[in-house]
Amino acid sequence: MNAAGTGEGLGRWARRGARSVLSGMAGVGLAFTNVLLFAVSVVVLALTPVPFLGLALVPWTMTLVRMRADLERRRASRTGVLVTSPYHAPPDGALAGGWQRFRWIVTDPATWRDLAWLLPGAIVGVTLGTIRVVVPLYGLAGLTLTPLWIWLGTGWYGYGAIWSIDTFSDGLLCLPQGAVILVGGLWAAPWLGRVDAYFARLFLSPTRAAELRLRVTQLTTTRADTVDAQAAELRRIERDLHDGVQARLVSLGMMIGLADELIDRNPTAAHELLAEARESSGTALVELRHLVRGIHPPVLAERGLDGAVRALALSLPVPITVDAALSGRPDTPVESAAYFAVAETLTNMIRHSRARTGSVSLRHADGVLAMVVTDDGTGGADPASGTGLHGIARRLAAFDGTMALSSPPGGPTVITMEVPCVLSSPRTMPSSVTD
Amino acid sequence: MRVVIAEDHALLRDGLTRLLQAFDFDVVAAVDSGPALLSALITQKPQVAVVDVRLPPTFTDEGLQAAIAARAQIPGLPILMLSQHVEPLYARELLSTPHGGVGYLLKDRVSNVGEFVDAVRRVADGGTAMDPDVVSQLLARREPLAVLTSREREVLGVMAEGRSNAAIAAKLGITEKAVSKHINNILTKLDMPPSDDDNRRVLAVLAYLNP
Repeated sequence: MNAAGTGEGLGRWARRGARSVLSGMAGVGLAFTNVLLFAVSVVVLALTPVPFLGLALVPWTMTLVRMRADLERRRASRTGVLVTSPYHAPPDGALAGGWQRFRWIVTDPATWRDLAWLLPGAIVGVTLGTIRVVVPLYGLAGLTLTPLWIWLGTGWYGYGAIWSIDTFSDGLLCLPQGAVILVGGLWAAPWLGRVDAYFARLFLSPTRAAELRLRVTQLTTTRADTVDAQAAELRRIERDLHDGVQARLVSLGMMIGLADELIDRNPTAAHELLAEARESSGTALVELRHLVRGIHPPVLAERGLDGAVRALALSLPVPITVDAALSGRPDTPVESAAYFAVAETLTNMIRHSRARTGSVSLRHADGVLAMVVTDDGTGGADPASGTGLHGIARRLAAFDGTMALSSPPGGPTVITMEVPCVLSSPRTMPSSVTD
Repeated sequence: MRVVIAEDHALLRDGLTRLLQAFDFDVVAAVDSGPALLSALITQKPQVAVVDVRLPPTFTDEGLQAAIAARAQIPGLPILMLSQHVEPLYARELLSTPHGGVGYLLKDRVSNVGEFVDAVRRVADGGTAMDPDVVSQLLARREPLAVLTSREREVLGVMAEGRSNAAIAAKLGITEKAVSKHINNILTKLDMPPSDDDNRRVLAVLAYLNP
């Protein structure tokens, strides 16, 4: 590692420590809101029997508690300890101050787990937060030789292991001690932050039952979406076959039959009909080919995601670089969804972004297939405004996949799509031929 | 002329065999899978092979892979690929094996028997037969072609299919002299060296369009 690299790494380390110290300070402050919220909650719950007051105040107070708990979940997630939100979905059309809303709140175990967390969370937050703040500050005090000046003034003081300071050189020793304590404090702060986060997770993460419930809700939604999309797709295929190929085959049969009738009496007309029939069979094949491409592109079946995306890139009017490193192929449904997601993204890009170049990267790591599509266009893409991006997200959601979009006005646009999947071992192919 | 056919659909395989036999080709082998094709190509050393891209056992691009493998062993072995769909990507792979003598056509083209047999003969002679669909896909995405007039682009398209000057002239209804004038203009505008060898010129144009 060179000097610049070391300096950079050191800077990053120090910034991380300092951020954690500040977060510890915030944690101490937030602990007081915990105590306040706990007191208010106890009072409000005690008031529940009072007509109307309980129905109105309990949901309102619990909303505040949930905001506080959600803030803690976000803080924990920032330290790398992922805590997901456990709450039941609110009932449809429940009025504020109504019975339904009240019941929704009090029957959710997460409500009581939140309340149970408030006081222990405050104690742990204050304790760990104080350590995170005080230790580095003590180190700074040593570095600035503050104990020495105090000793010079008062004649009685100490620092670290030296208590009390008796000589001027004793006093100077607070310099190295301060350095060690500061470094130790900055080093320990992020770890203490994680301990705090793990403690919060004990109370604030969904229980196994809640996790399963959330999963069921999500699966219900994505399954409904998938079934809808599939039904629409089947209707489209049926219509295309019916109006296109089927009709052509019927007319083809008629033309050949007619030519058969005419061939002795009027050979010229029969020849014309046969030529027409041949033309018609060609058109039917073209239509069929387009249809097949829309259902499952042949090149995808033949070459997998990598080859299909390369083939697609070649067919677009904008130069697209494809950087793919996949050691195998995902299951066919996942592969197909991934391909259409990339294809739709590229189509959107050509249609809207006015990009001059683009790139696609395909990677598989830690059980996740990541597809990143970038362009140098005008940016400003908004998933809310068009159905295209939303459709992609829905398509991927059926496989627990996600889509993230970054598209500031002026560009560049970066779309990251991820689908969890495993790759099966590849068919051996002469790779030198493909590039 | 000795020919090997590879096609997994029995109906189409028989149809192709009958069609080529009607035009005095000697069908020395008609196979239905990739491994069988490779061994037929190596042992029979036919003057030309007509090969379906997608073959068993994998039903992927088995035929293309077998063709490329055979051409690695027998340089310049003429192969005409047939497929239900055409991909410029595959055309590029096929063209990247040296010595010419390759073709890549949609299966639909078989219905125009005269042109199809002409394409088989052209490939057997070391020439090129590229599907108009591949060519139009290639032309659609090359911006620099804006420097060409629309007539020149037409000529370029037919030339990229692998046709001779005479065939281009017949197809576009112009004289052969006009064709060679257009071709000279195209080569100059695209910065390509002039060449009297028809096929080398075709390969250069395809390499330009499908880099």
